[in-house]
Amino acid sequence: MPFDIYDFTSFTQWIDTSLRNSMSPAGAVAVEFLIVGVMILLFYAVIGLFLVYAERKVCAFMQNRLGPNRVGPFGMFQTIADLVKLLLVELVPIKNADKFLFNLAPFIVITASFMAIAAIPFAKGLHAIDLNIGVFYVIAVSAMGVIGVLLAGWSSNNKYSLIGAMRSGAQIVSYELSVGLSLITIVILAGSMQLSEIVNAQSTGWFIFKGHIPAFIAFVIFLISSTAETNRGPFDLAEAESELTAGYHTEYSGIKFAFFFLAEYMNMFIVASIAATVFLGGWMPFHIGSWSGFNAIMDYIPPFVWYLLKTFFVIFLMMWFKWTFPRLRIDQLLTLEWKYLLPINIVNVLIMAFIVLMGWHF
Amino acid sequence: MEEAVKEIIGESQDYIINMGPQHPSTHGVLRLVVSLKGEIVKNVEPHIGYVHRGIEKMCESITYPQIIHLTDRMDYLSAHINNEAVCLGVEKALEIDIPDRIKIIRTVMSELTRIQSHQLFWATFGMDLGGLTCFFYGLRDREKILDIFEETCGGRMLVSYNCPGGLMYDIHPNFQKRVKEFIKYFRKTLPEYDQLLTGNVIFRERTRNIGRLTLEDAISYGITGPSGRASGFSCDVRKHEPYSAYDRVKFNEITFSDGDSYHRYLARMKEMWESMDIIEQLIDNIPEGPYSVKMKPVIKLPEGEYYQRVETARGELGVFIISDGNKNPYRVKFRSPNFVNLSVLNLISRDFKIADLVAIGGSLDLIIPDIDR
Repeated sequence: MPFDIYDFTSFTQWIDTSLRNSMSPAGAVAVEFLIVGVMILLFYAVIGLFLVYAERKVCAFMQNRLGPNRVGPFGMFQTIADLVKLLLVELVPIKNADKFLFNLAPFIVITASFMAIAAIPFAKGLHAIDLNIGVFYVIAVSAMGVIGVLLAGWSSNNKYSLIGAMRSGAQIVSYELSVGLSLITIVILAGSMQLSEIVNAQSTGWFIFKGHIPAFIAFVIFLISSTAETNRGPFDLAEAESELTAGYHTEYSGIKFAFFFLAEYMNMFIVASIAATVFLGGWMPFHIGSWSGFNAIMDYIPPFVWYLLKTFFVIFLMMWFKWTFPRLRIDQLLTLEWKYLLPINIVNVLIMAFIVLMGWHF
Repeated sequence: MEEAVKEIIGESQDYIINMGPQHPSTHGVLRLVVSLKGEIVKNVEPHIGYVHRGIEKMCESITYPQIIHLTDRMDYLSAHINNEAVCLGVEKALEIDIPDRIKIIRTVMSELTRIQSHQLFWATFGMDLGGLTCFFYGLRDREKILDIFEETCGGRMLVSYNCPGGLMYDIHPNFQKRVKEFIKYFRKTLPEYDQLLTGNVIFRERTRNIGRLTLEDAISYGITGPSGRASGFSCDVRKHEPYSAYDRVKFNEITFSDGDSYHRYLARMKEMWESMDIIEQLIDNIPEGPYSVKMKPVIKLPEGEYYQRVETARGELGVFIISDGNKNPYRVKFRSPNFVNLSVLNLISRDFKIADLVAIGGSLDLIIPDIDR
């Protein structure tokens, strides 16, 4: 078994060939689907639980508290205990709710985040599917979640939920533009939409360093708008605890609520990993010019560790926002997008195109 | 019945939501019936009385020293100042001279109460605007004052430290030392509050020009306290009608002219500095002496009407006592600042967004049990 921690290509190919040798091609594909599905599900659950724990610890750190510290060492099993509670809790039936849409909404939200994870390269040769329009696919799929949010707000027959859902609709549709444009800035620089190509193009230097100021501006805009798109941080108007109690998921309980909850954290993970992949070099190690000794040590760290480190760095930034800033108002939120971020972004794309055209980038 | 329903729903065609009585931003059991047009608030109708306990009526059947313990439960964040109002009223009626020691201790305690109340205001105001971290910073520092209270009289929030004629107990030997330690600590940590919230762009955008209350409205509605002073209404009872030891300390009355949420907030932040100044002037000058004047076992007020007003953390609290010469009052009326301040909510939050309603409600710093009594 050719298992190499630095390059998974041969390992995945070995699985593929040995499966195809032992059964029909259709069967091999079916088994591969199953393996990938189970792997992603497991990964999803583990990361989701870990992120909830991490957020509680980070938030506690920001707020002079200890955070969970009773269940298990350092409270590590707190989220597992919470999950068990959510699984066991009663699903409260809602009178006069649109039953079908009410039940459908959490699945749409969680499916959208599931599908986005498929395109992300975790390490060299370790991704479920390497689409040639990877960036485009991720934007398209993660935008689907808003349908679930809108349905949830509409079908639960609650006035707070409806306001929350409408806010969320306006917000996500607007910020989708900025997310797209800031990624396009880098797509221009990389010359490809394929995520693996984008990562490979960064072997000589991360795009945030390579692309001069436009890349940095794009990174900042991406951070802001992706925070808004995941309904987090200072942009959590759809939930807005102090205004709308819990916004669109007010009426949900038990496992359906858990779906929304988990989807929120996974969306955060997805946008963070997109940021890490597109701007911070994905699983590429950190290199400094001609320091060969330093570079060799950096190379020694496995790629998926690099990937996770970068992703969690971005996630930490997003948590930092959330626990520091007060919430924006809906009109300020839309003003920020349409009057500031979008014009800056369009100019930024043009500048980047010019730089690439003139070959001024590193 | 049907007509009543039509009247409420059918005619106006507004999107009506109930904020409260169980709602995170009303800080208690206040129910606001809000008519919306999209996100814009068209009308706010406060429904009060969920924690009505009939405190004023109860006062008629109990003695004066017992009333003290009921006043704790009105504005629970200004418990000590509420106590003081009743005590001052009774002492004025009996024409008792209160020694300096008692006056100074009362003033120091009142200012500590004001600081902890404003700390909690800061904490919850930040939370209303979505900055949850403020809540923990505010409570962290408030805890230090509550510890001083606990050491002084055993109570943390509902202190009941005053009694007609003086104080329940003498101060703890550590009192002065700990208060000075706290002032030193809080002078360092108060700028942290500004770093976290006051200077924040989002916070300024959310509160500036929001819920503007003009001076005329403030006076005609009788808005007192920091909310009134933010509109330029000079209404500090401590300045205009000094009681206890306020006539011997120097402090500024904080007034602004803008009267928006931001300045209501700023007025409270600045008041904390002033309160610290007052405490520093008094804490080293507590004379020796008894902590209470010898009173008759049964306090009977001479027949007549008595009014005493004090400045609580939220405005002017008036205590009106009618005595018929018995050991319990004939009638008692509390002019509570929160009830009056609530009355302006509809006026200033109309045509703002629902998120602003939360900010305005937070900036008025309402305590619901004081409204309902």
